Amino acid sequence: MRQRLYPLEDLEDIPGTTVFTAARSRQAYHLHKFCMSLMDKDNRNAFKADERAYLDRFRMSDEQKQAVLDRDFNRLIELGGNIYFLVKLSNTDGWSAQRAVGSMTDMTPDEYAAMMRAGGRPPAGLRSIRDKN
Amino acid sequence: MARVTAGIATSHVPAIGAAIDLGKTQEEYWAPVFAGYEWAKEWIKGEMPDVVILVYNDHASAMMLDIVPTFALGFAEEFEPADEGWGARPVPTVYGHTELAAHLAEQLVIDEFDLTIMNHMDVDHGLTVPLSLLFGQPEQWPVRVIPLAINVTQFPTPSADRCWQLGAAIRDAVAAFPEDLKVQVWGTGGMSHQLQGPRAGLINPEFDVSFLDKLTDQTDELRKITRLDFLREAGSEGIELIMWLVMRAALGEKVEELHRFYHVPASNTAVGHIVLKPRD
Repeated sequence: MRQRLYPLEDLEDIPGTTVFTAARSRQAYHLHKFCMSLMDKDNRNAFKADERAYLDRFRMSDEQKQAVLDRDFNRLIELGGNIYFLVKLSNTDGWSAQRAVGSMTDMTPDEYAAMMRAGGRPPAGLRSIRDKN
Repeated sequence: MARVTAGIATSHVPAIGAAIDLGKTQEEYWAPVFAGYEWAKEWIKGEMPDVVILVYNDHASAMMLDIVPTFALGFAEEFEPADEGWGARPVPTVYGHTELAAHLAEQLVIDEFDLTIMNHMDVDHGLTVPLSLLFGQPEQWPVRVIPLAINVTQFPTPSADRCWQLGAAIRDAVAAFPEDLKVQVWGTGGMSHQLQGPRAGLINPEFDVSFLDKLTDQTDELRKITRLDFLREAGSEGIELIMWLVMRAALGEKVEELHRFYHVPASNTAVGHIVLKPRD
């Protein structure tokens, strides 16, 4: 066996963090096709005019479609999504990246913005689920 | 002969681009960020390169879907700013340097870096925000740019040491190019930040400042940082710092730090910026 620098299972040991693996990338391929379609103004308009009908053009799972309608970014990441794709959706909504990202925390937009202004979230206690450090 | 004359690293936060495009640079929130770039904006006027090899990551704008290249070299005559969901940034078209790009495409593959060659791609904020930070809002960019996009999105991303080796190979390839060109290598992205999940907003100034401190002459330590280390210490998007190592390695063994800047926050991100010059 080849040596690895660390066990790959440790990638799942980061609190509140999902690593975008090849398997997740495949799971979200059609979700991400939808996200990237929003790089076109006509598509954005079509989506805004009838979100559900527009989503039905894509071979996404029903759970993925519902999470898009709900703008539930944590759920979208759970369903394979990656933030670099998902911000195409929040940009289409006119949200700032900070609002989209902050929506995945337990804070209000104002609370999240205040935390960032105060220096961000310290890593203490958030490095490892196992080691609680 | 062509030569690498300097290296610049900077964060490439999209909100920084929006602040420039919307005329908000003097607002209370943004003024300290832009003040940190005044030195380099003046300095580069006297050190203007002919070509910038700009190491960045595509944020699911031109890649990362139907194809997932680890290292992708921009090989077109021109690259248009990408529409990332609210219209393209109002910045000039980026013009490439196809002769040097062709040379790099050959030399780097011969040196066993199996590049993907991009004959057509749009460039997103990862590439255009650094240009805006250094050159402001010109009618045309004053330099040719060879984009070099590195996968930092889909695991596995290339190791820090692999990025270092790529930078070293770029240095050799530039030195073997017959035309007399001044080339800068820019590494972009970072510093600590996390854009997903309940842990979003993570910032680690100790890690970031240590990274800046070691970039001049303790680079062996930086080359050992694993993806797991980046995740634990610098947030899920802190991995972008591997692109700084391409820049650093392209400068050779000894460098002088000319300038640095560190500021928290810009949007979700710790902003880092450093200017390095090779020493003989």
